[in-house]
Amino acid sequence: MRLELVLNDAPAALDVPPDRRVVDLLREELGLKGTKESCGAGDCGACTILVDGESRLSCLMLAAQLQGRAVTTVEGLSPDGSHPLQETFAAHGAVQCGYCTPGMLLAAADLLARDPDPDREAIREGLSGNLCRCTGYVKIVDAVAAASAATVGVPDQRKR
Amino acid sequence: MREVFLPRSLDEVWDLLDRHPGAAPYAGGTDLLVAIAEGKRSPAALVCLERVGELGGVEERGDRVWLGAAATYSRLLGSPLVQQELPLLCRAMRTVGSPPVRHMGTLGGNVVTASPAGDTLPPLHVLGAEVELASRFSRRLLPIADFVVGPGATRLAPGELLLGVAVPKPPASAVGHHEKVGRRKALACAVASLAAILDLAEDGIVRSARLAWGSVGPTVVRVPEVEAALAGRRLERGLLASLAPAVERAVAPIDDVRASAAYRRVVSGLLLERLSLLGPAA
Repeated sequence: MRLELVLNDAPAALDVPPDRRVVDLLREELGLKGTKESCGAGDCGACTILVDGESRLSCLMLAAQLQGRAVTTVEGLSPDGSHPLQETFAAHGAVQCGYCTPGMLLAAADLLARDPDPDREAIREGLSGNLCRCTGYVKIVDAVAAASAATVGVPDQRKR
Repeated sequence: MREVFLPRSLDEVWDLLDRHPGAAPYAGGTDLLVAIAEGKRSPAALVCLERVGELGGVEERGDRVWLGAAATYSRLLGSPLVQQELPLLCRAMRTVGSPPVRHMGTLGGNVVTASPAGDTLPPLHVLGAEVELASRFSRRLLPIADFVVGPGATRLAPGELLLGVAVPKPPASAVGHHEKVGRRKALACAVASLAAILDLAEDGIVRSARLAWGSVGPTVVRVPEVEAALAGRRLERGLLASLAPAVERAVAPIDDVRASAAYRRVVSGLLLERLSLLGPAA
């Protein structure tokens, strides 16, 4: 099928099998290897992307479902790693092995779009679909809290 | 390669199902695409329902709220009508999976998948929900209790589609209660759950009680004996504890990777005792 979509803010068109999993389309056809696959069954969040701004699991979507949609992968968060979440993840040491990080970033972006000023409980809930097997959750929550503070301009300390 | 169709209307769906008899309809894909990946299902083609306008909505229909089968959990949880009229269903839907799963998964999918652990089934039972089924030339309504007949088994006829779920608004005096016990809070199937609608008088006396347990039988378990025993009484710990054995006898759980049958029995009784949280202060 001819698939037309907006990929990381740029129009894209390509010929793909309609039943290609989106995670495979992104990684193998499009070379966007920031998106990771871990469980392949919706239980880990590693393959999270944004579709029309909402978090989705790219292992449980088929290429045809992207027709006319806007897709954001981790590569599209910013051209140079300067998205507030990318900066606070780095500053707070929220990355260990890094495998869950793209999914965490996009889940956090989805959360902050819906709730720009979440408390720590809301952040934990917002990230509850993303597993970090290094178990570095505290620093990930710190980083999201700091990014929300950066976004809404309130002191980070208030969120602790 | 398998064809994937993206119809925009029910008329297109009927045409597709006519032309591709082996096609499977799906919406969020959170169950079917996993089953296909595991080799448990192999439909000839897929009909994705996520853009079918008639299936995605939420409407007030007299004394009922109609929930489109392809409405995602997030869409339903964000609806002021659903929040206001069906808080019990909202509580159960918030325990489903995780945020991205709730952005994708749908109420209709949960109903048609008919898992013993389906999180929306116990609240839909106690709310007296009916499913609306259709094919090109027919429509019918069926109580949810008659629709789901076993693990993964429903009365959906070949070529028939679930259009939506019609849920009567509970009376203003009704109190809802929902508790799900799982191995962890998110991304976890229920080990056992209880949904309840209680009509309470101002003095705390139960006028009527409707209780439904999930994950402790092939389908949702109701215990009429316990519902009857609560009528005319207050939700006191002692009374509830005395009824727990009847619950343990009524449920029919299995051993699986998440919990043993024996544990599920005990938890089922304890879930009843937790209704004392709604009763007079101890």
